[in-house]
Formats: sequence, structure tokens, C-alpha cells
Amino acid sequence: MSEVVLDEVVPARAPWAHRLETGDTLRIVDLEGNQAVDFIVYDADDTDLRYDALVTIAAQRNIFLTTGSVLRDGEGGPLLTVVDDEVGRHDTIGGACSCESNTVRYGHHTKHQHACVDNFLTALSPYGRGKRDMVSNVNWFMNVPVEADGSLGIVDGLSAPGKYVELRAERPVLAVISNCPQINNPCNAFDPTPIQVVVTR
Amino acid sequence: MAESGTDTVLGARDHARAQAGSAGAQAVTTQPTIPATGATDLPAGVDAADVVWDETLALGGYASRVLRRGTHLRLTDLTGDTNANLVLHHAARPAERLNVADTVKLQWNAYLGAGALLLSDMGRVLATILPESDASLDLLCGASTRLAVAARHGDSGNHSPTPSGRDRLLLGLAKHGLGRRDLPPSANLFRMVRVSPEGDLVLSPPGGPPGSHMTLRAELDVLVTVAVTPHPLDDRPSYAGGPVRLTAWSGDPAGPDDPARGVSPEAQRAFENTDDVLLTLFPASSATSSPGQPSRCSATASDAGDER
Repeated sequence: MSEVVLDEVVPARAPWAHRLETGDTLRIVDLEGNQAVDFIVYDADDTDLRYDALVTIAAQRNIFLTTGSVLRDGEGGPLLTVVDDEVGRHDTIGGACSCESNTVRYGHHTKHQHACVDNFLTALSPYGRGKRDMVSNVNWFMNVPVEADGSLGIVDGLSAPGKYVELRAERPVLAVISNCPQINNPCNAFDPTPIQVVVTR
Repeated sequence: MAESGTDTVLGARDHARAQAGSAGAQAVTTQPTIPATGATDLPAGVDAADVVWDETLALGGYASRVLRRGTHLRLTDLTGDTNANLVLHHAARPAERLNVADTVKLQWNAYLGAGALLLSDMGRVLATILPESDASLDLLCGASTRLAVAARHGDSGNHSPTPSGRDRLLLGLAKHGLGRRDLPPSANLFRMVRVSPEGDLVLSPPGGPPGSHMTLRAELDVLVTVAVTPHPLDDRPSYAGGPVRLTAWSGDPAGPDDPARGVSPEAQRAFENTDDVLLTLFPASSATSSPGQPSRCSATASDAGDER
């Protein structure tokens, strides 16, 4: 009989990290809708082995993550499997916002806005991890189409209040979230909101 | 023993010394040109005296090298059927490195090539893809993995005839004191990948005209790491691919009026960020010299920058 071992709200703009054991499920709930949730996962016992977005999409030969997608490490091994998804597609090619990339995208005046990379660095700090552990991430609930000519960009989301995605740990992992604080594009409908995380064992 | 003459130290020495320069050694086409200025068959307009690196990698080969800002590096598919893995680090501070996600997102396009920029995770330009380039660039599929290559070819270690792209890149980084944490998602050159409206990844068929090439111009001092391994979407049962030639020559980084700066407001600001960091890099890098002067290579890549 499975039981809920963690159920909490991650405030708007905040980081979060938690160790999952093999078989644990993590449900991420988009409480108010259209909230991008940036996500990286590491092997809990060997964090140098971490999520690899490109290995993941090359293995499934599709750029979108949804039910059945296996999040893989750089050696091709499974970290997490998407076991439920109420949205249908999630991004993993668009990466995380950073103070520095914001200056390129929106202008130098955005340098001091809070950003996902700062959340990731904050969340990883207690684990002794840092900038070298930053890699291309998952963007749950974020919509990034690629058009015929290669045009790519973050457009209005497909999620809605209460929709969720659920992940199963294939081995002990460290799951790290940045509840995206971006206010310059539609990934959060220009208004970052809280999310809920539920771990079941 | 008697046949090889290596039963004594002096005999072994003579045997060893007879190898370099032998007919067998000269027959190896996949080796560095030493000195690099001895390189021949150069791109139009390149003077052999300016060549700083010339090396041909066989399938399965790898190389890594620090290139000064302004250096031009041409990667050439000699047979028309190969795949090269590529990753770049800021040599002075290798915790800053190629970010494929930012590269496509900040330029609003997944299919980048001639005229595009390879961007770091700090909003700066590591390299410009010069306009004469005609090779395809894939920023979506990364390097092949130990598990996937072993499943397809039976083995995938560095000791095997079919090493994974990741393991070759890791060896290249290891030669500069870098490890697994330092390997970001990497780029592929020469094979074309497209995305269907449903999100499916499609690899172009193998085999094209030989000589397809990409010329990168370093806009910071960069560590460039290259491996030659089959593309991860290459389904052929054989571990297939031809050699890749790497030729680098000294030159100038983007000057104030370089067309690469003006292609978009994002490109302009990425170059502004690059110019800005050059003002404070220690030791002073090429911002303190006028465009056209070769920069000093400011540090070794072994100084990885943060906790280790």
C-alpha cells in the first residue's frame, strides 16, 4: 500500500530539491495553470551522472516528453519515467532562464531579475554541487514548438489549473526544481505562481 | 626476439627509433601535421605560415585543444559520410561552456548553421560559424551513449573498436583536467536532423558530397573538443563514418563592424556581453589589444573555476 511521504507547496519563484528512492513517485501539480517548472534530476549516489536532455530525446526520437518518456542520464541509463501526464507535451530543448541569457533575450536591464539557474544553484548548494552541474533541463508545462524552418520559441502553455505530471524513480535520484520566475515571456503567463509536489512511496 | 632485434635495450631503442618516419608511419593518414605550418591543401586564402593546428581524425578518434581568440578552425568531412561531436569551453574559466539550449533559444531557431553563433551559458559568444560554412549542425541529439552503442554494436568502451561519442569527448576533456561534470550536452556536425510537426526527430540519409565543412571563429579563448563517432540516430548496423580534418589558423575575432554582430538584437547583445567580460578577464585578454592583434592565451583549462 503506497503512502504519501511528502506533500508541499513550492512558492512562486522558489527552488526545491528532494531525494527519491527507487519506485517513489513524484507528482508535480500546476496549481494555477501555465506555470513552467524547470527540472533537473541526478543519480543520488553519483551526481556527476545526471539528466541528459539530448540523450533522452534521441533515445525516444521525439523532442516532447509525455507519458512513457524515460528521462535518461548521459550514459543512456534511466533515471525517471513519466507515468502520468494530463498535459500531453513538455519541453526539454529550451533550457532554463538565467540572468545572463535574459540579458541577451530581453536586454541588459533584466540582468538582476531572479532566474531559474539561480534557483538551481541555490537548491544544489547544500549538496556541494554548483555551476558545473548545470545542464539542459526539463521544462514541465512549457510549450516550445519547432516549426518547419526550425523556428523555435516559448509560446502560450497548454496546461491549466490543477493539471499534473507524475514521475517514477528508476533508481535513487536527487530531483531539483526551479519554480520558474520568468516574467518576460509567456512560459508562466507573465505571472509566476505556486506549484504542489507530492511524493508517494 | 631475434627477428625484431629487441632482446637488448639498445636493440629495443633502435627498433623504437626506426618507427617514426618509416613507410608504415607515413602511410597513416589520420595524424597531426607537425609542425602545423607544414600543412598542405589549405582553404583558399590561408597561408601555411598562419596554421596553428592541422590534424585528421579517423572514425573513433578525438582531439582537444585550446585556441586563442580570433583563431579560425575548419572541420571538414573528407568523405561525405561522417559525424563529429563538438563541445566548447571558455578556456580561461571552463565552468563556462557551450549551452545548446541557450544557443537555439536565444537565436530563435533549432536549425543553425552559417552565420550563427555558438553561445555559452553566460550569454556570451564562444564562436561564430563563418558564412562560408556549408555543413549541417545538430543541436538536438547530443553524443552517443555507452548503453546505446553497446546495444547496437556489442561494445562501446574506449578500448573497443566502437567507442561512444560521450566517452571520446570525456577523454578529450580529461587531457585538460576536466571530468564528467564538465561535459555539457554537445553538438553534432555534418548529419542533418529535422523535427516533424509531431516532434519526431528525423536524421538525413548518410552520404553526401565530400568536403562539407564548417569554419568556427573563436570569439573568446576556447577549449575545443572534437570526436568522430556515428550520430546517435544512425541506425546502420555497421559503426560507419569517414575521417574528419581539423585545420586552424590564426586570425582576428569579430571586429566592431563584423556582420555577425548585426544579424539580430540577440547577437548584438551576446557580443556586447563578450566584449564586456574581455575588459576584466585576468590576465588581461584580447580586449586590451586592438582587433587583429593575437590575444594571449589567458589560462589553462585545468583551472576549472569552482569546487572540485
